[in-house]
Amino acid sequence: MRVLRRLLPSLVPALLLSCDDRTAADRAVEDRILIVGNSSEPKGLDCHLVTGVLESNLIRALFEGLCTEHQSVDGQALPGTAESWEANEDFTVWTFNLGRDRKWSDGVPVTAEDFLFSYQRILTKTLGSEYNEMLFYIRNAEEFYKGEITDFSKVGIRAPDDYTLEISLRGSIPFLPEITKHYTWYPVPRHVVMKHSNGKIDAPFSGWTKPGNIVSNGPFALKSWRINDHIAVEKNPHYWDRDKVQLDGIRFLPVVNSYTESRMFFDGLMHITYIVPPEFIPYARKNYPDQFRSELYLGTKFVRCNVTRKPLDDIRVRKALGMAIDRESLIENITQGGQEPAYGMVPPFGNYKTGRAISFDPDQAARLLDEAGFQNRIDFPRITLLAPDRDVSKRMAEAYQGMWKKHLGIHIEIAQKEWTSYLNAMTNLDYDLADSGWIGDYLDPTTFLDMWIKDGGNNRTGWANGEFEEILKQSEHERDPAKRLLVLQKAEKILMGELPAITIYWYTTNYLIDPRVKGWNPLLLNNHPWKWVSLEPN
Amino acid sequence: MIGFIFRRILQGLLVLFVLYTLSFFLIKALPGDAFTTEKAMSPEAKEEQMKRFGLDKPWRIQYGLRLQRLLLQQDLGISPKKNRKVSLILQQSFPASVVLGLNALLVACVIGIPLGVFSAVRKNTWVDYASMGFAMIGICVAAFIIGPLLQTQVAMRLPAFKVAGWDNPVDWILPAITLGLAPAAYLARLTRGGMLEVLGQDFVRTAQAKGVPALTVITRHTLRGGLIPSVAYLGPAFAYLISGSFVVETIFQIPGMGRHFIDATIDRDEDLLLGCVLYYGFLIVILNLVSDIIQAYLNPRLRDSL
Repeated sequence: MRVLRRLLPSLVPALLLSCDDRTAADRAVEDRILIVGNSSEPKGLDCHLVTGVLESNLIRALFEGLCTEHQSVDGQALPGTAESWEANEDFTVWTFNLGRDRKWSDGVPVTAEDFLFSYQRILTKTLGSEYNEMLFYIRNAEEFYKGEITDFSKVGIRAPDDYTLEISLRGSIPFLPEITKHYTWYPVPRHVVMKHSNGKIDAPFSGWTKPGNIVSNGPFALKSWRINDHIAVEKNPHYWDRDKVQLDGIRFLPVVNSYTESRMFFDGLMHITYIVPPEFIPYARKNYPDQFRSELYLGTKFVRCNVTRKPLDDIRVRKALGMAIDRESLIENITQGGQEPAYGMVPPFGNYKTGRAISFDPDQAARLLDEAGFQNRIDFPRITLLAPDRDVSKRMAEAYQGMWKKHLGIHIEIAQKEWTSYLNAMTNLDYDLADSGWIGDYLDPTTFLDMWIKDGGNNRTGWANGEFEEILKQSEHERDPAKRLLVLQKAEKILMGELPAITIYWYTTNYLIDPRVKGWNPLLLNNHPWKWVSLEPN
Repeated sequence: MIGFIFRRILQGLLVLFVLYTLSFFLIKALPGDAFTTEKAMSPEAKEEQMKRFGLDKPWRIQYGLRLQRLLLQQDLGISPKKNRKVSLILQQSFPASVVLGLNALLVACVIGIPLGVFSAVRKNTWVDYASMGFAMIGICVAAFIIGPLLQTQVAMRLPAFKVAGWDNPVDWILPAITLGLAPAAYLARLTRGGMLEVLGQDFVRTAQAKGVPALTVITRHTLRGGLIPSVAYLGPAFAYLISGSFVVETIFQIPGMGRHFIDATIDRDEDLLLGCVLYYGFLIVILNLVSDIIQAYLNPRLRDSL
């Protein structure tokens, strides 16, 4: 009886709700609360300690960097904490003027000191930030992080006054405003972080991001957080541009199972899904044409080749493998998400023109394999394709295997490993071929090119080329942005000429969105600024 | 009885110790570590993290330090992947798993025991075949089929149900059915077996010969003995049900424990995994003990042998 008495208060509204024709999404529209699928439980909300896309979605709601994303134009920076900015002639020194009305959600002003503190914090080795390399554009930042310099005042950041931030860079970076949109460049509230960490700059688990403790400077403030259930944010009354913020709140749901997520959308439980699984795409296209969206996303799918192993040390073998893959067929039959066949490593965007380096050409592929000394295909060594245990990867691996068998007459084995074992094998070069990909962090070709430097942590192929690295360095000294892109094209040409990674397709993001959601436009980085999003009842 | 409980508690502690030790070395034997990430960390950052979590030390020292921390400070450590204390994560996920487990157990008992009784009483009739056929289906059809079926055929058609989520008691029903069907099927088979054994005994025949009504024979004379195998099964089954199910929790978006078990293994989140293992082990030990005590209550012969 007691149990019943305790259950009744929750059962009654539940039953009443069940008599209501409106779905959860309908009710949320009336309350101006956006419900969004966010894939998984975030690692945290401390922008200096997280690394993922899903964390970025949350942090963009809570915090704001110097510049913010334009709601519909890629590569255009809007004022964030900084109301204006300018660079010197060669883009090596940037001055950001902070708005005097920028405040933390507790009403304390955001000052240049907060930025100095934040950048010192993320560059302090003992904090254990995993993503501090994003700040190595700043002069002496890397040296400070590595302990070669201990005096932070020698790092190229200065605050001439409370509302001016001057950043000196290691080279010419015309796209710095783009970089400052990345959460590693966001400020954290010095007064709150220090309060919860007993005055230590490098305490990672101080609890300052817990509900009740956290203070942020973005359009929204944290309301509640229940592990694996939801994170709710509400409108930040101290946000400088609060009149433009249309939503009263956002509810992020960490729905791991993408099939469940799509069903939740169909059942009226959310407004925007994180993804749509490939198997659901034809169904969604047919039955939810107004809700289904497929947009280009800044990422490249490729197959890494371990160039330290035979026969993959031979460029001709790598090219033969690359030319034997029918990318269009893969996209049409497996991923089904409107991806684009990748003829280069850098997806084409803005003024960057990606050179056409590889395409499906089975005859040429067979010729190249002959030239490499494998006229008799039986002589081709047994090599293995490593794939993670994710469903699409498995089917992709089988498709590559089939295409290589069909067009080249060689048999390649598939080894499927669970995620960490897969990453570990790739990092230790304990593989032959590996199904991989890369998502760009910011809108510049270097986000796809820098990773291929010798011994770079994300290279994972054993490939190195002195000329490639020399050209990348050159690009940092090129003052003219247009010429700089030409220099980067040359670097990409070298990379694609040697093909340590066989590019397959450029990503798209496929998701479902409620037509009542407005202000949500296609963006290559998929980093939608929440403050422009609104819900309008039909 | 007190001596028996005391002995079993000591055995339980030993079981937990072995479980902890084995799990520690098994997760260590897996390739990679918590800082093997898709976007590679710089060697310096990785070194710093390994140092922070004590992962740079030899295994035996790590093991010793962990055990010391667990025993002396009752501290399960910090999850480097979730950036918070393991005890906090378990504390937050435990209630949802318990609620789900209890409901699933209810489903299992309400479906399984009557089915088993009916099929035993109507042995070799269509009732028996139908019940056991249902039990076979319950055992064979996995939760990842039943779950989506209930989502699409029930939740998406009836407005009272939601496809996923864990906000009010109505949300408990479909996951509980999904999770409870397999144990219901086992229970049905075990109950049937137990009942058949008792139904064949002399005292039952005597009761029937005396003209005791069939219902009384079943409820008063047979059920108590016939349920013994089911009760033995219910202890561990209950532990299994309330420690969370990865499949059911991910299908229905339930913030429970089961997800941490799998995620922690994949992420090499050692402290979280060891915390989950200890918790699960503890439940098994305690619930087995409870199930033994109930069995002793049901079976006088067993009681005397304790």
